[in-house]
Amino acid sequence: MTGQRIPTVRKPKVRKNNLRLKLAFLACLALLLLLASFFSEYLTPYDPYLQDLTIAKAPPSSEHWLGTDRYGRDMLSRVIAGSRTSIFASLLLVGFIAVFGSLIGILCARSGKWLDTFLMRTADLFLAFPGLVFALAVAAVLGGGVHNAIFALAAISWPKYARLSRSQTLAISALPFMQAARMGGCGSLQLVWRHVLPNISGPILVTAMLDIGTMMMELAGLSFLGLGAKPPIPEWGSMMSETRNLLPTQPWITLAPGFAIFFSVMVFNLLGDTVRDYLDPKNRG
Amino acid sequence: MGYALKRFLQLIPILFGITFLSFLLMYLAGSDAVTEMYANRGVEVAQEIIDQKKASLGLDLPFWQQYGNWLLGMLQGDMGHSYVTGEEVFSAFLRKLPATMLLTGLSLLLTVAVSLPCGIWAAVHRDRVSDLLLRFASFLGNAMPNFFVAMVLMDILGIELGLLPVISSNMDLKSALLPTLTLSVAMSAKYLRQVRSAVLEELGKDYVLGARARGISEGVILWKNVMKAAMLTILTLLALSLGNLLGGTAIIESIFMWDGVGKLAVDAINMRDYPVIQAYVMWMAMIYVGVNLLADLLYHYLDPRIRLGVSGK
Repeated sequence: MTGQRIPTVRKPKVRKNNLRLKLAFLACLALLLLLASFFSEYLTPYDPYLQDLTIAKAPPSSEHWLGTDRYGRDMLSRVIAGSRTSIFASLLLVGFIAVFGSLIGILCARSGKWLDTFLMRTADLFLAFPGLVFALAVAAVLGGGVHNAIFALAAISWPKYARLSRSQTLAISALPFMQAARMGGCGSLQLVWRHVLPNISGPILVTAMLDIGTMMMELAGLSFLGLGAKPPIPEWGSMMSETRNLLPTQPWITLAPGFAIFFSVMVFNLLGDTVRDYLDPKNRG
Repeated sequence: MGYALKRFLQLIPILFGITFLSFLLMYLAGSDAVTEMYANRGVEVAQEIIDQKKASLGLDLPFWQQYGNWLLGMLQGDMGHSYVTGEEVFSAFLRKLPATMLLTGLSLLLTVAVSLPCGIWAAVHRDRVSDLLLRFASFLGNAMPNFFVAMVLMDILGIELGLLPVISSNMDLKSALLPTLTLSVAMSAKYLRQVRSAVLEELGKDYVLGARARGISEGVILWKNVMKAAMLTILTLLALSLGNLLGGTAIIESIFMWDGVGKLAVDAINMRDYPVIQAYVMWMAMIYVGVNLLADLLYHYLDPRIRLGVSGK
């Protein structure tokens, strides 16, 4: 057996410092992406909607770094403009479902049996549908559009948070300090706000961070099928779908938005992993 | 056996919930399904004819009655007719299901065939170059949306190298290869990590140390003890990820023109063919729930701790 671990005493401390550095670096990278998506309209070298058929399907050049699409629109500008929809929308979505789902979960754990059973059975029902399948149906009913796609994905993803925060809250509530706080005169809301929330926020934060990448991909997937952002609005998924028949001749047009998704998902996934490692008590040397 | 029955009975409310939610969704959308149908044909029709058509389809009844009728019909295998082709929805669904099952099955097989050995290899060679490479690859695979993978594979294997057909004209193994490969990439990436951590956890347990101390070879420990434990993890994961896989097939099937239920559903969505979407959503949920039940029972059967009701880690 060659891969055995070598016991070292000082390793955790070093690892923690590395972790902190890694976390800071990734957080900066993610923040950069976020800022870029927020201020995307000032960053695009050309107007992402401007058509110029004389330069249609141009290969990458010094003027158009990623080339142009079939209407002569600058691909780099469209990819940058697309970050608004893709990154910003996914973050909003994850933030919303994490807060909403967790509130439902806490409510379940702290309320009576009847409400708990009802809400949890509802959550089970939503979990019974395979993820994207249900989102497809919801988006189909609502019709396309980014807002509807976000709503569809929110409808399928809140139960995860509800279950997580419910079980966490129940576990916390069983601890003696909660009784002590109650005896100390804490009201229900105060109990949740001051004692439950700080204790359950870690796992929820980690889950949410790891969810950003997934949501980004699913949102792009819905758009790819024409159930999210509609052309000509630049969105990475719909841009790929729109240009997919150019793949044999001008692959860079189709693949550029794909690489944008790939890169952003990678950054957020790495950040999520690092946050998890950072918050993991095992790493607190 | 008693356990299986109990689990099944617990599922009944969920199954009803699935039918209800599927119906409700389409009820909310399908209020103008008849109008939609005439709009598809591109002719102006008088309101009376629309009302008549609605009455003949039972669309003017109160909600609960419509749900009841629909449920009764559904139990007899009647899920209505497609608004577009007029074909029976259920038979169309059944006709396309084998193609999707084939794709799903092949993808699962390929995923297990890739991720199991790679995951074990990575765990055994922890923190060595091969482990780092495998983890890096799995990380990359995790960050790629499946339609992007599809495009890249199409570009490289189908167009640049010309090895495989890009569009599946028929259901042979050769045209199944690209969609299967696409679906497996993300899943293998995910499993590799899970298998690796499951094996690592198992290798760190006391009994492994004991076995090593008794001089039992690494190979025997790995294949006889650790594998068993890892298989249970994989089983649970397989059942859970089937949901993602079924959703993924919708996108992949429509990219590769694979004639399965996923493509059927996507086409139906584009044409607002509500009965088809309804059948798709409902049956996918039923299949998903059914497979999860099977996995649960299998898990129950395979893990003596659960079977005998012994708690503990």
